[in-house]
Amino acid sequence: MDVLKIATAGSVDDGKSTLIGRILYDTQSLTDDKLEAIERNSKRKGFDYLDFSLATDGLVAEREQGITIDVAHIYFSTQQRSYIIADTPGHVEYTRNMVTGASTSQVAIILIDARKGVIEQTLRHFYISNLLRVKDIVFAVNKMDLVDYSEEKYLALFDEIQTLVSKTKYKEQHITCIPVSALQGDNVVKKSANMSWYTGKTLIEHLEQIQPQDVYEEAQTRFPIQTVIRPKTSDYHDFRGYAGKLYGGDLAVGDEITILPSGTQSTIKEIYFYDQKFEKAGRGSSLTLTLTDDVNVSRGDMIVKAAEKPTVEKELKATICWMDKKPLTANTKYSLQHGVNNVLAKIVDVETIEETNFSGEKTEASQLQLNEIGVIQLKLSKPLFFDSYEKNKYNGGFILIDLQTNTTAGVGFIK
Amino acid sequence: MWIAFINEEEMTENVLQTNILESEAIYIFREVVAQFEKPVLLFSGGKDSITLVRLAQKAFFPAKIPFPLLHIDTGHNFPETIEFRDRLVQKLGLELIVRNVQDNIDAGKVTEETGKYASRNMLQTETLLDAIEEFGFDACIGGARRDEEKARAKERIFSVRDDFGQWDEKNQRPEVFDMLNGKINLGQNVRVFPISNWTELDVWSYIEKEQIEIPSIYFAHTRATFLRDGLIWSADDEVVYREEDEKIEERVIRFRTVGDMSCTAAVLSNAYDIASVVQEIRQSTISERGARIDDKRSEAAMEKRKQQGYF
Repeated sequence: MDVLKIATAGSVDDGKSTLIGRILYDTQSLTDDKLEAIERNSKRKGFDYLDFSLATDGLVAEREQGITIDVAHIYFSTQQRSYIIADTPGHVEYTRNMVTGASTSQVAIILIDARKGVIEQTLRHFYISNLLRVKDIVFAVNKMDLVDYSEEKYLALFDEIQTLVSKTKYKEQHITCIPVSALQGDNVVKKSANMSWYTGKTLIEHLEQIQPQDVYEEAQTRFPIQTVIRPKTSDYHDFRGYAGKLYGGDLAVGDEITILPSGTQSTIKEIYFYDQKFEKAGRGSSLTLTLTDDVNVSRGDMIVKAAEKPTVEKELKATICWMDKKPLTANTKYSLQHGVNNVLAKIVDVETIEETNFSGEKTEASQLQLNEIGVIQLKLSKPLFFDSYEKNKYNGGFILIDLQTNTTAGVGFIK
Repeated sequence: MWIAFINEEEMTENVLQTNILESEAIYIFREVVAQFEKPVLLFSGGKDSITLVRLAQKAFFPAKIPFPLLHIDTGHNFPETIEFRDRLVQKLGLELIVRNVQDNIDAGKVTEETGKYASRNMLQTETLLDAIEEFGFDACIGGARRDEEKARAKERIFSVRDDFGQWDEKNQRPEVFDMLNGKINLGQNVRVFPISNWTELDVWSYIEKEQIEIPSIYFAHTRATFLRDGLIWSADDEVVYREEDEKIEERVIRFRTVGDMSCTAAVLSNAYDIASVVQEIRQSTISERGARIDDKRSEAAMEKRKQQGYF
């Protein structure tokens, strides 16, 4: 069994939680006790239908207000595979949650209210999916029941979506559009009898045929060292293992490697996973490597193939999504976490704020507010070994940590 | 959860198959040890914390697990769990710290609940917070999973708690990509959940595949039981409150979770081995926590306990 990770996005009241509840219900993923709780609480609220949003809205404040505040993770499986849904809130002030959910997802489902069509939020959600390079996008046109399941209405919306899609620069993205009613269950898991004019796949049918992949995608091999394992026991007296997770590509015994930042050359001697040795490992695995030479390596260093070196620089330019209440301004310092490596970073310049409506407009700026996306220049206390986010998702992303509060204040995508 | 990002032809070679959930958990363990001074693994003797121990072994092999285990003993544990705990610790040469809820009750620091649904579940929190302070633990690793419960579905992998162990659910740090920000201020500590993304079935399948030993109460056995509210309770021990008209009967049962005897109900089962347990979980229509009376107190039971510092 494999896992497909999905992020959902939509505006307030687009019915996101209801859609997820419907998926769980129609795939028989809700256990009897959970279903009973939904029935009980729906009745208590005086609804004459099952309020599926109750299945996912986990915080008291959310249930009180009937809105989703924080990213919730929902798990279900079909005969074919497991699914993890990151249910992200749609409010404009909660954009950071969409970025969080989408950063680990391969698919984004963007909900559109059939009555409202493409709105500002839709543009923003699509923009973020593009910025994060989410491979598969599904536009779920919801509440078709409230527009009498009208084909005409859907086709008009389909045109709007096509116009939007034509504006993206990320052409490798796969786009799909499906008319649904989450509340009534049309085209979510079961084919709709109300929309016989729609001959495409239901939402689940569509998801089932997507090939699950590592969210970091294939790229050059990057092995950041998390910790050095030195057991100092009699059996493993001289053992020096470099523990980390493998990203981008594979590694094999005998591969010639370079260690950054020192530039030291060596060769992979052994690949351990627990107590077993392997000849070769693919991306996504947490490994322990040994090298043929005694070298000085510590946390934050990176092993790469000798012929696949990343950029090593003390300055960089990045698109950043700001997530902190305290605005980002020039001449401030943050701790920059790039994978498992931390360096001090000085914000040299906040260049522009990017519009998320695909107008291509850039506003000259001196600061970035919460949930704004912009371009900044950074200077680092030590050189970083990075790739552009476009080339290597793992090695092109970073976070900025506030030095006083220690909170994750922003997420960056290296240009 | 096994995905191979390699060619089929290479399968014959000695190539590692990627298990993304397992590798994610190992990655998290290594981040904890690298980012914190004094981590501890909260060990309940349940299947999830036993799975954590195996994952920690894998993360640091051939070195030993570089942190102790902490068990908050309510005094209402199944005796099988305690025996199992002591055996595991001895076998792996681990350091075990035990702190007892009873000590706080005896000292008058907390008051025990009484009545039909009395449980020491809430009292554990106080003992846990005391232990964190006593040893100065800055990272507490636990086996909570997001699929268990709605409030847990919103939990981060690194979850920051204040001096009082409180969870500020509306102000959580965003967790993007694989990056775990373990920076904390003085007095704060972090709860870490390496198997956040595993489901109950994932854990069971892993136990089966890895042939991990678990306490006997997870398997079908004959036990003196009684019925209440449609649930089956153990009548073996006096800590489980039973009214006189609640008739004792022998039943073949097993437990799906290992909480306190006083709040963990059994299920009828013929699953005597791990393969049949996995089969049973696959077919089950009741959620794992459906047999935990502590969650049924109110719709927000778990969220409230978490805000107060519960695991």
